[in-house]
Amino acid sequence: MDRDNRVCVMGEDVGHYGGSYKVTRGLADKFGDLRVLDTPIAENAFTGMGIGAAMTGLRPIVEGMNMGFLLLAFNQISNNCGMLHYTSGGQFTIPIVIRGPGGVGRQLGAEHSQRLESYFQSIPGIQMVACSTPYNAKGLMKAAIRSENPVILFEHVLLYNLKERIPDEEYICNLEEAEMVRPGEHITILTYSRMRYHVMQAAKTLVNKGYDPEVIDIRSLKPFDLHTIGNSVKKTHRVLIVEECMRTGGIGASLTAAINENFIDYLDAPIVCLSSQDVPTPYAGTLEEFTIVQPAQIVTAVEQLCQ
Amino acid sequence: MASLLRNSGKITTTAGLIARPGFQSGRGFDLSSFSGGAAPFSAPRRFQTTESDIRVDSHCYDDEISQKFSVLGGKVPYSSGMRFTSELPEEKVPCYRVLDNNGQLIDSRNFAGISKEIAMKMYTDMVKLNTMDTIFYEAQRQGRISFYVTTTGEEAINIASAAALKIDDFIVPQYREPGILLWRGFTPQDFANQCFSNKFDDGKGRQMPVHYGSKKLNYFTVASTIASQLPHAVGAAYSLKMDGKDACVVGYFGDGGSSEGDFHAALNFAAVLEAPVIFLCRNNGWAISTPASDQFRSDGVVVKGQAYGVRSIRVDGNDALAMYSAVRSAREMAITEQKPILIEAVTYRVGHHTTSDDSTRYRPLEEIEWWQMARNPLTLYRKWLESNSWWNDEAEAELRSNSRKELLKAIQVAEKIEKPPVGDMFTDVYDAVPSNLFEQEKLLQQTVTRYPQDYPSDVPVRAVPSS
Repeated sequence: MDRDNRVCVMGEDVGHYGGSYKVTRGLADKFGDLRVLDTPIAENAFTGMGIGAAMTGLRPIVEGMNMGFLLLAFNQISNNCGMLHYTSGGQFTIPIVIRGPGGVGRQLGAEHSQRLESYFQSIPGIQMVACSTPYNAKGLMKAAIRSENPVILFEHVLLYNLKERIPDEEYICNLEEAEMVRPGEHITILTYSRMRYHVMQAAKTLVNKGYDPEVIDIRSLKPFDLHTIGNSVKKTHRVLIVEECMRTGGIGASLTAAINENFIDYLDAPIVCLSSQDVPTPYAGTLEEFTIVQPAQIVTAVEQLCQ
Repeated sequence: MASLLRNSGKITTTAGLIARPGFQSGRGFDLSSFSGGAAPFSAPRRFQTTESDIRVDSHCYDDEISQKFSVLGGKVPYSSGMRFTSELPEEKVPCYRVLDNNGQLIDSRNFAGISKEIAMKMYTDMVKLNTMDTIFYEAQRQGRISFYVTTTGEEAINIASAAALKIDDFIVPQYREPGILLWRGFTPQDFANQCFSNKFDDGKGRQMPVHYGSKKLNYFTVASTIASQLPHAVGAAYSLKMDGKDACVVGYFGDGGSSEGDFHAALNFAAVLEAPVIFLCRNNGWAISTPASDQFRSDGVVVKGQAYGVRSIRVDGNDALAMYSAVRSAREMAITEQKPILIEAVTYRVGHHTTSDDSTRYRPLEEIEWWQMARNPLTLYRKWLESNSWWNDEAEAELRSNSRKELLKAIQVAEKIEKPPVGDMFTDVYDAVPSNLFEQEKLLQQTVTRYPQDYPSDVPVRAVPSS
């Protein structure tokens, strides 16, 4: 926001309150409450407002207090945000960033545990990225702000408290690149967001058992970084996808199709995809734990794939 | 209050914070030292109470309850009588009119005046718009264009509102406002090119007919979705407010559009944000086959303004001078006071909803004919022009004939221009063509080249450049 005075933020409670997860804390004090705007509760309206502001030269960052609430903004995101650059013949650009916390948290209830990347992945004209570490959160956010395309940045409710040493100087992460978390030889494990941590936990167990998994955080959900993924598949010949999306119609489903289409000749076994079940997320803590993929399941899946 | 004022490239920021009662700023700002600068953001008012001006016979104020920071935003009188506010006001909101049925000024004191130049251009543009509608509608019927939407009956709203604005004012249309483009310089050829989706269309042939858009003329591209443009209008106004520009935004919509959630949210936002936006409702009585009586039960759209804290007016949409006058004043208010204004222009949709509709199936022919004859915006306005000796039958005949010729020629020319190449199907989805779309385009090129008989012959298949 210092670097470019066209950048502004809008959303519910982003101003003085600092955002529901304190992501925008201190910004209103520094930049004022017009540039860090508290909006009334109407997701379709403030997303639309962000689109209109973007069409007239600003670079807005729209926050959904919880990604699930952006379902109310689906019309604006699909019909206008994704389309207006195209339908206007390239006259109007929409350099907007739509971001917010999503995913399954700790007992937030079904309505606050949505995985919106499933629903949005079909929309032409938008890009989707998911951050997972403090380092890539900063890098992807900056890249998203500077991009001329509309970008949806998925943050995860349970990852806000992570601490990491990151460079003071400016850096950006490439929006379309996947991140190599752990190189390996036996199997390619593709994941993103919070599941990355479950995978890495499983990786510890797997290494002790003598396996050498290659873990890739795909980061770019639309488009997929098929270059990095493809090179990995060509090396290991086995793929496990670990996601938080539901089984039906999730990112994993699309990724499975994309890999099969492009790299079938390099696969020694069918792709396995571990996802959440097709149920609304229960509130009870134990049940909630059962719906998401746990490290033990990942270990079992790798063992089976590598037989 | 921190305000970002941008004046000719120079950025001045004054860091500050709203002193909200009960909120410790830690910096102890004195609101009286706030200087508004170029644009009166008036943000301190967001957290101050305002005096309510409701007065009833028996009232008492309970100071304990009517505290400074009250959920009702001010002191509210109590009443021991239980009164429900009626669902409809006793009197409908009056409709502002300048010309009577004979084209004479009713009360010249309430009309600020208009220059002859603008007055004449208003009429000639209304005639051109009316002619364009006739010819393009006929072209659709002949199968030359696939779809068209007429503006018949609403020419005054289109042209007069455009005349009252300046080129810097952003236009955020629904789809029945091509007149504003016409006023701003869109030519018959430009309109025809879009309707024929040929390669000279600014939209590169991607949208259906009448979905015009022009960044140059500050006219947002039409999207088919109803009322979704109203939040865009608020966003554009937010942008103008940040820049402190001497301009406003006008968001157009119909009576049907006022039912959409986006309308309510946009008005609410604009009021809270204090955004310089005019919401202009073309209440033409019909939303396809749904009459206004089935659309809402309030006294039209104008009363909704007060519900959101938005100043509003009802205007006779078929009276060009009333429209001109109201929009001019609204623009002035929106910019100097930085607030939204709602204008309900009462009119009638003389034509069908679109070329896919036959409105005689759901409304009486007599009704259509009455509005076409008795309250025709062109006829009424022409009477006033003629009373000033600014117009006559010869001029009319010449204008209509020339417009017709020009439009017919535009159609003939547009019809023959080639369509955009297949490659344009894949550009502008993103700023650069990504690899997956490049692959998809290549595949399509190959398929079309191999089976040309299965594909239209007038869409050039441009060779895919090596990336």
